[in-house]
Amino acid sequence: MTETLGLLLALSFVISLLALTILIWAIANKQVHTPDADDARTIFEPGEGADIDYPDKPHHFDTARSGIDANSSSVVMWLIAAAVFWLIYGSLHGLAASLELHLPDLMSGTAQMTFGRMRTVHLNSVAYGWASQGGLAAVCWIIPRIFRTNLRMTGLLKLGIVLWNIGLAAGVLAIANGWTDGLEWLEIPWQIDIILAAGAACFVAPLIATAKNRNVHHIYVSGWYFLAGVLWFPVLFIVANIPGVHHGVEQATMNWWYAHNVLGLWLTPLGVGTAYYFIPKIIGKPVYSYALSLVGFWALALFYSQVGIHHLIGGPVPTWLVTLSVVHSVMMFVPVIAVAINQHVTVASNLWALKESMPLRFISFGAVMYTLASFQGSIEALRSVNTITHFTHYTVAHAHLGAYAFVSLVLMGAIYQIVPRATGKYWPFPRMIAWHFWLNVIGFAVYFFSLTIGGILQGLAQLDATKPFADSVILLKPYLEGRSLGGGLMTLGHVLLAINLIAIGFAKKTRETETENMVAAE
Amino acid sequence: MNRYLPLAITALAILALATLFLVIAPGMQISAQGPSQGLKPYTEAEARGRAVYVSMGCLYCHSQQPRSLAQAPDAERGWGRASVAGDYAYDDPHQLGTMRTGPDLMDIGDRLPSQAWQLTHLYQPRAIASWSIMPAYPYLFEHKDKAGPDDVVVKLPAQYAPKSGVIVAKQDALDLVTYLQGMKRQYAPPKDGLRDNGYALIAEKQRDATDATTASN
Repeated sequence: MTETLGLLLALSFVISLLALTILIWAIANKQVHTPDADDARTIFEPGEGADIDYPDKPHHFDTARSGIDANSSSVVMWLIAAAVFWLIYGSLHGLAASLELHLPDLMSGTAQMTFGRMRTVHLNSVAYGWASQGGLAAVCWIIPRIFRTNLRMTGLLKLGIVLWNIGLAAGVLAIANGWTDGLEWLEIPWQIDIILAAGAACFVAPLIATAKNRNVHHIYVSGWYFLAGVLWFPVLFIVANIPGVHHGVEQATMNWWYAHNVLGLWLTPLGVGTAYYFIPKIIGKPVYSYALSLVGFWALALFYSQVGIHHLIGGPVPTWLVTLSVVHSVMMFVPVIAVAINQHVTVASNLWALKESMPLRFISFGAVMYTLASFQGSIEALRSVNTITHFTHYTVAHAHLGAYAFVSLVLMGAIYQIVPRATGKYWPFPRMIAWHFWLNVIGFAVYFFSLTIGGILQGLAQLDATKPFADSVILLKPYLEGRSLGGGLMTLGHVLLAINLIAIGFAKKTRETETENMVAAE
Repeated sequence: MNRYLPLAITALAILALATLFLVIAPGMQISAQGPSQGLKPYTEAEARGRAVYVSMGCLYCHSQQPRSLAQAPDAERGWGRASVAGDYAYDDPHQLGTMRTGPDLMDIGDRLPSQAWQLTHLYQPRAIASWSIMPAYPYLFEHKDKAGPDDVVVKLPAQYAPKSGVIVAKQDALDLVTYLQGMKRQYAPPKDGLRDNGYALIAEKQRDATDATTASN
């Protein structure tokens, strides 16, 4: 049995490696159509793309006149409003949970406010409320643009948004009141998950229909990530939530297959796809080496989908399975480097644009964080490193580097870019955007370095049998306080976004009259 | 890529492959092993207590998976031998955990079997350890003027005791403690139990290499 499973391990790795080799061979020998520089220009109209993308710049492809946003901008704005609501709700719960870890008697009066529940409401709010819906807003904005056709079945999309938010609200209420499925990332009770699954399913058909009716031949790279992601997520979500199938350790492997794939096959495609569209679009120049994006995409699918069991290193699961996930984690260097070359070289050769465009600043900062988070993740999965970091707050810092500094900042940039264009209004408080950026960057730096250093010290203390366990708790306290400080600054930044968003709702349409006021600039 | 259908099929095939390797294959291997010999299903009170454990989110600070001595000194801390897949056969939802803000609890019933200790600690952890950052769970207890005949009174130092009356445990607190007391694996560890032996294998290789060097000298 053991030998058989050892072979399985090797087999999985060989399949992935073989698939990647075939892909590279096919590209080299022109067996598949290799995306080239012309394809990379799909996002531009002829003659367009020599200048930064300001909201008041006349577009060659006039989105207003072509009617492309006539029906999609309301869908996008619904998603953005809901996403920002959950961002604030989730941030406040995260901040409260963080405070509770160094002020344990601050909120101990009610069960709803205990750490185990506050933390869980935070995770579900930001993962499924904020990042998922913020990402879908970007998807619904970008898909009609790269396909040059309007969004199909918007009624179904709106139904999906309503169901998703009802399900999520019911889910976090359930968790706060102690009704949970008890698995990380899968806490929302499966009965409520039915509503969420129905909501998620409503997004699949409209996006496929839009892709089928596209007016361009080539599917731009963002489209691959988005179209694959909207298929991957509902499958993952439904399969993982079917009750009564899993128990014991087998349930734990399913748990981490799901949880890591929510990051790898859902939030990451949303973030990477969004960055792949907006970075070249805002700068006005196509990405650096478009052919590489094909390798980046398929290598992500092959390797990222099998890394989840690195959450159970040293645990009661088969050795071959852990090794499999460690190996695939390390292989993640391949897709990450491919994406990094495409995105960072494009930004690095156009640094002037970072001064001009606040949205670009958020998005390219996020893109750099994707590279760093992935490199860190690959190294963290090595057995020797994992022994120190596994059960510590180091992991929490890493999770926030990926889900926050990468995905969230990309999506915030996307929101700043999209909303003026979707509403025909300018941000009422443009300077607040810069404040938001710096609060988030500085807050995150404080957050990340506190927990990274604290986590390593915590791990080393726990590995030293001569030290009592208490030492690992006592030494951690100042770092937990640092996390609260960082988290507070981050939350403050989110409040600025919410203020701007509410204010723009009450603002008058000014696009036609105030052409000089360039919102995207500082 | 210019066509959607091949993209969609390949993307889903890759996910199916990952599911085969990460869920189905290990699932078959694990269920073939069955429960560890000597492991008993949870009693009704333990199961109720476990539900309290799950609902309070104890998982987010406490793991239930001692590591092997080849990797970490968990056993030396009194957290018990390295666990194997069969030790969890009756767990649903599993509570392996990924965080040790607090200690591992796999064998807490062995280490701290006292009901009185556990109740005091749940009511106010800082009544026992001033450095503790664990949440207090006062809502699992009741403040009464006088304890009834069946009430379990919580022992508290003056600093944390009410000015008048007594603190008694609610059923949830008693069940949770019963669950914690039951967390002890007093059966012999199964031979060929499934677990990640990666660290032991590495240590073995290193030993062999050292032996080889010594021998050649």
